[in-house]
Amino acid sequence: MGLSAVLILGLFLFPLWNITLEAPQYPTPLGMDIYINDFADTNPHDIKNINLMNHYVGMKYIPESIPEFQIFPVVIIIMCVLGLFIALKANYKWFLGWFLLMFVLAAAGIYDFYLWEHDYGHNLDPKAILKFTNKDGTVMGFQPPLFGTKDILNFKAHSYPQLGAYFLAAGMALSLVAYFVGKRFKSLN
Amino acid sequence: MKKSFNILLSFVVLFGIISCNNSESSNKNKGALSSNAAEKVYVAPGEYDEYYAFISGGFSGQLSVYGLPSGRLFKVIPVFSQDAEKAWGYNEETKPMLNTSHGFVPWDDAHHPDISQTNGVLDGRWVFINGNNTPRIAKIDLTTFETTEIIEIPNSAGNHSSSFVTENTEYVVAGTRFSVPIPQRDMPIKDYKGNFKGSLSFISVDPEDGGMDIKFQLLMPGFDYDLSHPGRGKSHGWFFFTTYNSEEANTLLEVNASQNDKDFIAAVNWKKIEEYVNNGGGTKMPTNYAHNVYDEETHTATSTMKKEVLVIDPTEVPGAVYFLPTPKSPHGCDVDPSGEYIVGNGKLSANLTIHSFTKMLDAIENKKFDGEAYGIPILKFEDVLAGVVEQPGLGPLHTEFDDKGNAYTTFFISSEVVKWKLGTWEVVDRQPCYYSVGHLMIPGGNSREPSGKYVVAMNKITKDRYLPTGPEVTQSAQLYDISGEKMELLLDFPTIGEPHYAAGIAADVVMKNSKKIFKIEENKHKYGIKSESEARVERNGNEVHVYMSMIRSHFNPDNIEGIKVGDKVYFHVTNLEQDYDVPHGISMIGANTSELLIMPGQTETFVWEPKQVGVWPFYCTDFCSALHQEMQGYVRVSPASSPLELSWSLGED
Repeated sequence: MGLSAVLILGLFLFPLWNITLEAPQYPTPLGMDIYINDFADTNPHDIKNINLMNHYVGMKYIPESIPEFQIFPVVIIIMCVLGLFIALKANYKWFLGWFLLMFVLAAAGIYDFYLWEHDYGHNLDPKAILKFTNKDGTVMGFQPPLFGTKDILNFKAHSYPQLGAYFLAAGMALSLVAYFVGKRFKSLN
Repeated sequence: MKKSFNILLSFVVLFGIISCNNSESSNKNKGALSSNAAEKVYVAPGEYDEYYAFISGGFSGQLSVYGLPSGRLFKVIPVFSQDAEKAWGYNEETKPMLNTSHGFVPWDDAHHPDISQTNGVLDGRWVFINGNNTPRIAKIDLTTFETTEIIEIPNSAGNHSSSFVTENTEYVVAGTRFSVPIPQRDMPIKDYKGNFKGSLSFISVDPEDGGMDIKFQLLMPGFDYDLSHPGRGKSHGWFFFTTYNSEEANTLLEVNASQNDKDFIAAVNWKKIEEYVNNGGGTKMPTNYAHNVYDEETHTATSTMKKEVLVIDPTEVPGAVYFLPTPKSPHGCDVDPSGEYIVGNGKLSANLTIHSFTKMLDAIENKKFDGEAYGIPILKFEDVLAGVVEQPGLGPLHTEFDDKGNAYTTFFISSEVVKWKLGTWEVVDRQPCYYSVGHLMIPGGNSREPSGKYVVAMNKITKDRYLPTGPEVTQSAQLYDISGEKMELLLDFPTIGEPHYAAGIAADVVMKNSKKIFKIEENKHKYGIKSESEARVERNGNEVHVYMSMIRSHFNPDNIEGIKVGDKVYFHVTNLEQDYDVPHGISMIGANTSELLIMPGQTETFVWEPKQVGVWPFYCTDFCSALHQEMQGYVRVSPASSPLELSWSLGED
């Protein structure tokens, strides 16, 4: 269980998610790594160049920072401390509790990410240089996929979890394992 | 099915017979169509060439960058000539690069590119090239493929036996073709003999930043110093120069400089002279020459006039200089990869003369002299001769070497490349050139490790080889495969200007260092800006400075008012892009200069002196983006007496 708590700290070292945009004019694709507390260029100046591309269709600039970058690290540190405390002091049943709480928090985080993406892709400047409409006449959005790959005009957008997310998943999985091991151990006694 | 196969087969056989019958004649005329030559030069779309070839533009003054084996042109690097396309010599930043002791000289005759070396192998850091007419040496940085330094050579004229580098780029060497009075003075031309001198300049190269500095000039007898090459390996520390006009004629040289049976190759022990200089030897002579340096961070060149040069009298350094008699006005002076053989390409001789470095040292040690010229010992011809290639062709000019002990010599008059063996001096093969070949180039040619795949022959005349373009037709380069025993003509491609000489290098040595952008945070241009928020216009009397930015797809500011007739308006334009291959250009209606073409992170300046009242547009000249046509702006020009204050804006309705 202690390992679970420590593993989620991997989020501070490695990106959680990555969005990559491929197009013929970009033999080196444009990419953005999303950390628990930062947006970072995959290659130098990528975010600047994504912003430059996106301003043609009226998308807002990717902000330097968002409130989540303040909240998420605190949440993860609290969960880590809590996990360590549970590991040392508490009953195995708390392991499940920790897992469920982390699961809810992660789900909330992903939902938050989706909301931001949706806003980013749909809340377009009415004076946008290029305006595209869907076949049904509605304004075309440019929301990157939450998970997976999607064609957006001349770009192919990829959105996939990164090492940080795998650390989180591994931590959560371990807590669940710890719970079942604890339960087995208990019943054997 | 089987039957049709047979019919097909018989066609193939028949075709084979027909083509066999024709192969003799078609091979001669069609070169690249015979065998699989086309395949050998085909570089598929999106793939890279194996070698860079830096081919000088001769009288164009520039240096072109081609790929081999495809013969595709990638870039023309402006060096000695103004280039309106790139604003070279037009914008305020690069005008100082073309400054000389004679003032601004917007052109030169660029001849011999040579790539920097470390331990006798090409390191791909810089290309050096000489300007013949107003003697200069330029350095091109191969991270940016731009000219970053030009140094004028005082006491020189017709800077032809240049710009060849020593094994560790200790020196780039520049010899004079025309001997002149040193120092220059008013005197009768007919008093040339014994009074004019030829200078050989050794320019040190800083191993860190490549900075050039004339370490010393050797003041030699008044011959014409035609070409040169460094010793390498065992002969490292020596430099060899061919001479003609050892007759010291000052008129009708075609006759008067062709009388002596033998001229000389001058062998210069530069290590010995360097030691002499480091111990305080030599005389400081007052002079005046320009040293121009382009700074990559300020994106600006500065020109400094230097007032002194260290000159050396060769007779005061015993053992430093010897003459090797070489038949008939030798032109090219080429040293083989081992450093043992020095080839004198006697252009009026029927034979090729090859000297031996080992025999030369022996002749020096045993004082096998045959007199002296102006105090410089002449070694006995027979005692330095390694061998002679008998009757290989007419008019030998230049020799390069492969990695298998073969040499390749161009013959101008008989218009061919002849392959021969070092040591046995036998001719192995010959191939025609179309027409009148000058230099030839094997990648890594002037080094210990030449490549053995290709030779490029550079022709002065093409006549009927391409579609005609009026009286002036292109010159050309021809690519031969030299990997086999026989050479094979693969490709014939047009060049810029006169493809005088070239230097080739494996692409992987250079391409990994090629810059993609200039970092905007490292921009130290005096008038550069780092973000759009710094964009502004300032007036200082009649001088107006516009601090302008450009980024897809707008200028900031793009509306400027308060400019008056009689103002001198400096547009300092910074490209704020930080993406590969997104340059922007700018041009102003009626500006008496070229456009600017500005790379990401770079700042350039043009001057506009509006003469007419009105509202005048400017626009982006490099198709930068989908909204390129919208990348434009206006300047309002009011009468000189107008009280209108300066104002500027972007995006205000």
